[in-house]
Amino acid sequence: MARVVVDVMLKPEILDPQGKAVAQALPRLGFDGIAGVRQGKRFELELDGEVTEERLTQIRHAAETLLSNPVIEDYAVHVEEAR
Amino acid sequence: MRVGVVTFPGSLDDSDAARAVRLAGGEAVRLWHADADLHGVDAVVLPGGFSYGDYLRCGAIARFAPVMAPLVEAAQGGLPVLGICNGFQVLCESHLLPGALIRNDHRKFNCVDQELVVENASTAWTTGYSAGQRVVVPLKNGEGGYVADDATLDRLEGEGRVVVRYAGDNPNGSYRSIAGVANERGNVVGLMPHPEHAVEDLTGPGTDGLVFFTSVLKALVDA
Repeated sequence: MARVVVDVMLKPEILDPQGKAVAQALPRLGFDGIAGVRQGKRFELELDGEVTEERLTQIRHAAETLLSNPVIEDYAVHVEEAR
Repeated sequence: MRVGVVTFPGSLDDSDAARAVRLAGGEAVRLWHADADLHGVDAVVLPGGFSYGDYLRCGAIARFAPVMAPLVEAAQGGLPVLGICNGFQVLCESHLLPGALIRNDHRKFNCVDQELVVENASTAWTTGYSAGQRVVVPLKNGEGGYVADDATLDRLEGEGRVVVRYAGDNPNGSYRSIAGVANERGNVVGLMPHPEHAVEDLTGPGTDGLVFFTSVLKALVDA
């Protein structure tokens, strides 16, 4: 079984209130030296069978229609190596 | 005139929206998310709430509900559609309206009687107001920050498609204090504040919101 990972992040110009909250909490816990935090989403898609170029095209289509909103988010698709 | 109100799993304000339609003098028709057609209604309200638990992104899953296919087609053909709060988020996710809604900049759920300025009194849903009129309507959401790129915002402003703007302090970090926008034709309007909660003195801050519903009924009669 193959796994394809889709990472979704807010575009850099879009404010990320959740990331900002995490960034403010880190120094309170003594984790210093972190200049900024952006919070995103990770989707792990388990495929039946092998990864083909056709299926990756399908997954990219799913990523830009459902998994991300292209108005505010960017996505990246990568195939996870078998373990 | 028959105005449809769609109920998605997790819709919250569908009954209030239907009630506002009736108080305005229309017939409210309840539509279900799984409906394959719009039952011949003359206009549609997408109500507030948390459709599909707001999973993934607010409105992202509702956009693909069966009822949305005929709705998007009819909206592109001129059917008046009003999206309130979650309904606005659904309209943005459906690309019937530009931009998107993100978490409030202060990260807290907001629940206030909000003063708004009506900037466009010529959409199907706002003809009963006058441009520049100030109205008070409840605002209640956690993800009400309206965002879009600068080019889109400039276009919206230039074409007069900002329908309502927050008066006074910006309550949620919305770019340019935008509370609601319209499509090019003015038949599709979305806004975060809840006009359906301001239709009676007994249960709201006044009756300023009722005009959204009387406006569309008048637009339909005049058409």
